[in-house]
Amino acid sequence: MTQQALFILFGVITVAAAVAVVTVRNLVHAALFLLLAFFGIAGLYVLLEAPFFAAIQLFVYMGAIGILIIFGIMLTRGMMREDQPRANEQWVLAGVLTLALLAVLVWLAWQQPGVETIEAVPENTIALLGMALVDPAGFVLPFELASVLLVVAFIGAVTIVRER
Amino acid sequence: MVPLQWYLILSAVLFCVGLYGVLARRNAIAILMGVELMLNAVNVNLLAFWRYREPASAVGQVFAAFVYLVAAAEVAVGLALVVAVWRTRATVVVDDVDQLRG
Repeated sequence: MTQQALFILFGVITVAAAVAVVTVRNLVHAALFLLLAFFGIAGLYVLLEAPFFAAIQLFVYMGAIGILIIFGIMLTRGMMREDQPRANEQWVLAGVLTLALLAVLVWLAWQQPGVETIEAVPENTIALLGMALVDPAGFVLPFELASVLLVVAFIGAVTIVRER
Repeated sequence: MVPLQWYLILSAVLFCVGLYGVLARRNAIAILMGVELMLNAVNVNLLAFWRYREPASAVGQVFAAFVYLVAAAEVAVGLALVVAVWRTRATVVVDDVDQLRG
């Protein structure tokens, strides 16, 4: 009962903040609402008993990505004047398409068989995740490739924005 | 216990809100924010399925961790592109950046 109440609380926070992100005019406000949506999702991860992901959500999304986006807005400020439209001319079509997709997804989710008995999460779930990431029979190759991807992405980002 | 469907429906709503942002906003940074919402919706889905179906296995969590990683790379490159376009074209409105249209 408490869990359902908490789910509804965090779910309402998340969805309301997400709707504000795509509708408000001021981009800085949109970024702050985005941080609020990330916070709501962190709460959902706590409910899902994924503490590692709740912490990462706070550090990586609310911390790093939030700051990056706010920096991006500040670096390009003044480009969007207040009197300009915030959405392009195809927003009605986009809304209709999105609502159609939402109807399909909700219908699919409803078809999903319910889970009556739910297993307990193992005590050392974070340790299991760490072991799986460095296990040769597990995910060590994708893990190493991921570090290469990060290096390539950040060198690429620095190269793109460098003053010439 | 919260039913699994609640998570799936919440994630669908979040994904569609993000998709609307990507399709309808004019500012490139607002579009990036929509992409972030979509990636988060996917992660909620992955972790919900992990929790309800396979909590003993780490696979669902590993997949979600890789989504985080790709999201970090995506936002860094995306914002770099936005700043580069702003420098050369003095705009962040994606409709004005159309010289590859032919």
